Amino acid sequence: MSHALASTHDEHAHGGHPPTSTGLDHKKVAIWAFIGSECMLFVSLISTYLIYKGRSRVGPFPHEACLPPVCATALKPILNIPVTSASTFVLLMSSLAMVLALAAVEMKDQPKHTFGERLLGNSKLWLFMTAVLGTTFLGFQAFEFTSFVHEGLTIRTNLFGSSFFTLTGFHGAHVTAGVLWLLTLLAIDMRRGLGPKDALNVDLCALYWHFVDVVWIAIFTLVYLIK
Amino acid sequence: MATTASAPAYAPVESYVGESGLWSWLTTVDHKRIGALYLFTALFFFLVGGVEAGLIRWQLAQPNGHVLSAEAYNQMFTMHGTTMIFLAIMPLSAAFFNYLIPLQIGARDVAFPRLNAFSYWVYLFGAIFMNASWFVGAAPNGGWFGYAPLTTYQFSPGLNIDFWVIGLQILGVSSLAAAFNFITTIINMRAPGMSLMRMPMFTWNAFVVQFLLVLAFPVITIALVFLQFDRFFGTQFYEIAAGADPLLWQHLFWVFGHPEVYILILPAFGLTSEIIPVFSRKPIFGYPVMVYATMLIAFLGFGVWAHHMFAVGMGPIGDTVFGVTTLLIAIPTGVKIFNWIFTMWGGSLKFTTAMLFAIALVGEFTIGGISGVMHASPPADLQQTDTYFIVAHFHYVLFGGSMMGIFGGIYFYFPKIIGRMLDEGLGKLHFWITFVGMNLTFFPMHFSGLYGMPRRIYQYEPNQGWDTFNMMSSVGTAILMLGTSVFIWNFFKSIKSGKIAGNDPWGGGTLEWLIPSPPPEYNFAQIPRVTSRYPAWDVKSPGLTAEVPHSHRGDGRIDVDVASKHTADGHPGAGHEPEQAAEAAPHIEIATGKSAKDLGIPMPNPTIKPMFCAGGMVIMFTGLLAYHTTTPRPALALAVILSGAMIMVVSLYAWVLTPLEDHH
Repeated sequence: MSHALASTHDEHAHGGHPPTSTGLDHKKVAIWAFIGSECMLFVSLISTYLIYKGRSRVGPFPHEACLPPVCATALKPILNIPVTSASTFVLLMSSLAMVLALAAVEMKDQPKHTFGERLLGNSKLWLFMTAVLGTTFLGFQAFEFTSFVHEGLTIRTNLFGSSFFTLTGFHGAHVTAGVLWLLTLLAIDMRRGLGPKDALNVDLCALYWHFVDVVWIAIFTLVYLIK
Repeated sequence: MATTASAPAYAPVESYVGESGLWSWLTTVDHKRIGALYLFTALFFFLVGGVEAGLIRWQLAQPNGHVLSAEAYNQMFTMHGTTMIFLAIMPLSAAFFNYLIPLQIGARDVAFPRLNAFSYWVYLFGAIFMNASWFVGAAPNGGWFGYAPLTTYQFSPGLNIDFWVIGLQILGVSSLAAAFNFITTIINMRAPGMSLMRMPMFTWNAFVVQFLLVLAFPVITIALVFLQFDRFFGTQFYEIAAGADPLLWQHLFWVFGHPEVYILILPAFGLTSEIIPVFSRKPIFGYPVMVYATMLIAFLGFGVWAHHMFAVGMGPIGDTVFGVTTLLIAIPTGVKIFNWIFTMWGGSLKFTTAMLFAIALVGEFTIGGISGVMHASPPADLQQTDTYFIVAHFHYVLFGGSMMGIFGGIYFYFPKIIGRMLDEGLGKLHFWITFVGMNLTFFPMHFSGLYGMPRRIYQYEPNQGWDTFNMMSSVGTAILMLGTSVFIWNFFKSIKSGKIAGNDPWGGGTLEWLIPSPPPEYNFAQIPRVTSRYPAWDVKSPGLTAEVPHSHRGDGRIDVDVASKHTADGHPGAGHEPEQAAEAAPHIEIATGKSAKDLGIPMPNPTIKPMFCAGGMVIMFTGLLAYHTTTPRPALALAVILSGAMIMVVSLYAWVLTPLEDHH
């Protein structure tokens, strides 16, 4: 009994907290709750897009041409699936880079001998790559939005425009927040180096990043691929 | 301090008076202080909502009333609903979540103390923002449900709806941040031995409510975003001429709105489930069934939303499905009612004010529940919808249910929070006046409704059979206001000169009754070890918990085996006690009157950053007002939004990059 008391005091002496009930860090539990909430956010956006699919009174339309007399001049289907497939590939690759960044942070303290080990163990490189790939995805989105506007589709044009730009814009805003998070981690890594004790914080960012990626797979499938 | 055989299984401490003064309140991250801030702010807005209700009833007391114009009346009923739901009942529940959850699960604070402060400040600033609309003469006027397309720019061009739509966005952030915090707190910070099925019923109800918040609020957030974009940026989500679905808003709103109903009532159910066992001197009847009923109510609550929309003509299949799911929800709710009755059955009842309010909840909520079952049936609903019958129904569940439970909770927990008792004589006066006033206000509405009086009309012609009932409702409201005045008087009088409460004025069974009133900043000098659902009864009145399952999963902490103290007749045995007293005693000595610093307990540092972050966010949202379509000032809007965003981001980074507490 007395040793039990003593151990409790040691715990306090080290400024520690009682262990968590699940053994998981608080932040880990919270981010899952947050991701659950975000699921409902995107479910609402995607449902609205699907409910409004085919209800637009004027073009341009996503998968069909808009011909006179519905549109003054003939308009081609507006979605550019090859280009978006490329941007989807870029975003998927960013998830791979994120996995490597987390692994590199977790294994920072292990000795590295070969070039391959040093390359894989370079957390700055992979954080940077993740951010660059994310930014590239955003560049694709900016290109897509601009070309849509040139082709006559804005957020005010029709129901497709309203729901499309709002849905993909919300996703883009999430990617932007993720890029800022990654750059923050990169800045910390440059200043003092991220090590295994920071793995949790990188893991949180990675969970968020993968979630945003998964949401894009749903959007790409439901908005772009399914006619 | 007790040093006898009944010494608690951990060291309690004498109350430690922390810092006071304005700055300490602005920077506090203590869940108890934040709970108190919620309590005072929400009570203030409860009074504001009450004044709005009073003006509505004054207008309707007689046919063709002239107190309010039609426009002012629209603003009044919209703000009455919005205020009572989002600025009074939800934050009153949040006050109890904040104050009680850590105490009930044996924790020293919530998982994210600074996020908790952030939630409060967002709520406060959002409430101020929403009510600022009164001062520019443009209070929201589209009903608390804000049906689009009525609320689109075409039909509501004023700033009124802008305040409403932005205000709700702000308040949603507060609720979501708090929900993530409480989910993490309950999952992760339970004291050793506090398994999920040992959590106090209030904590269980609170836990379920957090999941409702997390899953329901994003849906209204999106509905509001669409409305904002329609109003400010010309999107067409609710533009019928462009092919939009006139039911989109209704579906999105009620997917949120019905779970919201349970967000409002479950905390009151939780408080009632704490009060009734204590004043019946019996553990709650059917604890596991109560837990499952709570979960089932929440689960079914997501599948009944369209019963708010029977009148729009969804067709026989939609009507049938939503009618049936709505009827189903009566089952777990009825289970709760019966469990409370069976808890009281055969108990030694003590009719304190808290108990009276709790019993009133059981009765009054049942009346509201039964009328709810009536309009679960689409044919009946078509007769009742949009009449005062519905107003009667939801006031029986919201006032008769939520507010009765919350009043009961205030009488029950005031001694813990303030350290003094509320006056029981004035309390009972408050109760009986409120009880009479409530029924006189809302019961006649059943009749005015069945006689066909529509909701949301600001005047009515005489001699339609409504006059007497309306006068009765208005007199009832005056009585309710009298009752509330008694309560406010009692509240402030008792803060100053109430009877000193002591640790456990009621003989409570849960952990919060084992620590001082008010509790020290760190709550527990030593994290308790929980051996049953009623750890305080295990220590103080073991006879009460003889029937409750006990166990002692060891974790190396103070191992007071409470269960083994029970002899066959359910009374404490003699065997282990001296030994336990000897072990517990030194701790009591160490802890008495000590601060967290003296005890080496790490406590989060006070910080102003969450408040700045919340302020920046609300400034950012306020900037949206300048996008108002009639006189758009995009430059001004952008300037305000960017400066708000900058304050938010800078204080967020400063907050996140500063450790929560000093390293010892």
